[in-house]
Amino acid sequence: MKPKSIAIVGAAETTKLGVVPEMSELMLHADAALNAMADAGLGPSDIDGVATAGPWPTDVAHYLGITPSWVDGTMVGGCSFMLHVRHAAAAINEGLCNTVLVTHGESGRSRVGARGFGGGGATSLVGQFEQPYGIMGPTTMFTIPALRYCKEYDVGIEKLANVAVVQREWAHQNPRASLQDLTSLDEVMNARMIAWPFTKPMCCLVTDGGGALILTRADRARDFPQKPTYILGTGESVETPLVSQMEDFTTSRAFRVSGQKAFAESGVSHADVDHLMIYDAFAHLPIYGLEDLGFCERGEGADFIWERNTAPGGKLPVNTNGGGLSYMHSGMYGMYALQEGVRQIRGVAPAQISDVKISVVHGVGGMFGASGTIILGNEAP
Amino acid sequence: MAKGKKFSPVPTPETQHYWDGAKRGELLIQQCDDCSTHYFPPRPFCPNCGSRNVKVKKASGKATLYSYVISHMLRPGQEDPFAIAVVELEEGPRMMTNIVDCPQTPEALLLDMPLEVTFEEWDETITLPKFKPAGGATS
Repeated sequence: MKPKSIAIVGAAETTKLGVVPEMSELMLHADAALNAMADAGLGPSDIDGVATAGPWPTDVAHYLGITPSWVDGTMVGGCSFMLHVRHAAAAINEGLCNTVLVTHGESGRSRVGARGFGGGGATSLVGQFEQPYGIMGPTTMFTIPALRYCKEYDVGIEKLANVAVVQREWAHQNPRASLQDLTSLDEVMNARMIAWPFTKPMCCLVTDGGGALILTRADRARDFPQKPTYILGTGESVETPLVSQMEDFTTSRAFRVSGQKAFAESGVSHADVDHLMIYDAFAHLPIYGLEDLGFCERGEGADFIWERNTAPGGKLPVNTNGGGLSYMHSGMYGMYALQEGVRQIRGVAPAQISDVKISVVHGVGGMFGASGTIILGNEAP
Repeated sequence: MAKGKKFSPVPTPETQHYWDGAKRGELLIQQCDDCSTHYFPPRPFCPNCGSRNVKVKKASGKATLYSYVISHMLRPGQEDPFAIAVVELEEGPRMMTNIVDCPQTPEALLLDMPLEVTFEEWDETITLPKFKPAGGATS
């Protein structure tokens, strides 16, 4: 085993996902954390590191009765949990703590004990230079770059819509998915328009739920009840809080930087990857992810999905839980992408791919504002 | 923001000149004296090289349509879907805006179409730069 190896030894989502009005946001964190501790055979006194995004680590640690010697409250949107995994690995290796709990919970739909939507108010750069032009949350911001991509690479809108069709095929195999019924290109193209060219099925769900992970040194991982999931490589970056100011509307700098770091650290080649999760807040995200992570040439991501490479039976299964478009999306979906990566490595996913050795989990935060990439493996590095 | 109340940006010391310019009918951008980079949104240093030797200058007001969506997410008082666009200024920087004097349809809003700045009084303190098709309205 390589020195400084880290493993995920506990992983779980909230007991219920979707519409959970009986739990506050903080309780969704706690429900997921208790499930993850049970999964790892641990209790609160075994945890000495806490990372979370949204509430302060103070809130989560105190609520669960944990006395941490290390905390991380990094908050860069939906991929914050990828960054927590990366930071936790470094902290454990530095000897700052031994066993880290990463939690997420969000009452995105029911808004029970929920915090307000982020954003910096009227004096922020978004408040001054984007908000006055009529933006109404991510559906009218995150979507803006897509048309430039389509023109640059001569990609038809039906190929954006197709992403939602293919991901529903995965959700169809997942009894916990919010939307399980198969859909068609016609249905997606003719659904209610949200922000042309994006119809409702091309936009993520708004649901309630949570998830938690427990990480420790890989040399301890065999002592836990579950099959360990090893961290092979990690990356992170940020670009801009303003979607209008991203360098190039056809590619995400944060995706490229984060992905390259993770692949370089892991030594994994793209051909070795059995399973891929790309945070799909909107239908264009998997296309950008495939290209910016290096699985496709620029301009070829939409055709790669159209040709069913990422669909059930395809050579590179992507978003096998159904994704943010069909599985669930509480607001910060990155945690659920990580959970599905762990399930696939453990071999317990509802739509299980056979013999998954390497899974790449890639997250986005803000509107192409941030990114985190985690490469998972079933064997110690 | 209270429900139904119009959102209004609040300038900071670093952006006040931009909003003062807009009120006068001028679109102001900035340029670095050291590396010549034009940039937006305003800040008193160059995001390319970090220099504080920067100046404010009036943009030509010419731009092209870089990307957009047509939002069906309407605010109180809005009845029809409208484009939320990003334009590329002749000097290079991009900015978010709305396209006015033009049908809000994919057929009328063509990427890379030439645009020119126009100004819309938002409230007593804020005037918003917007853009319209260059040389008059399109059909």
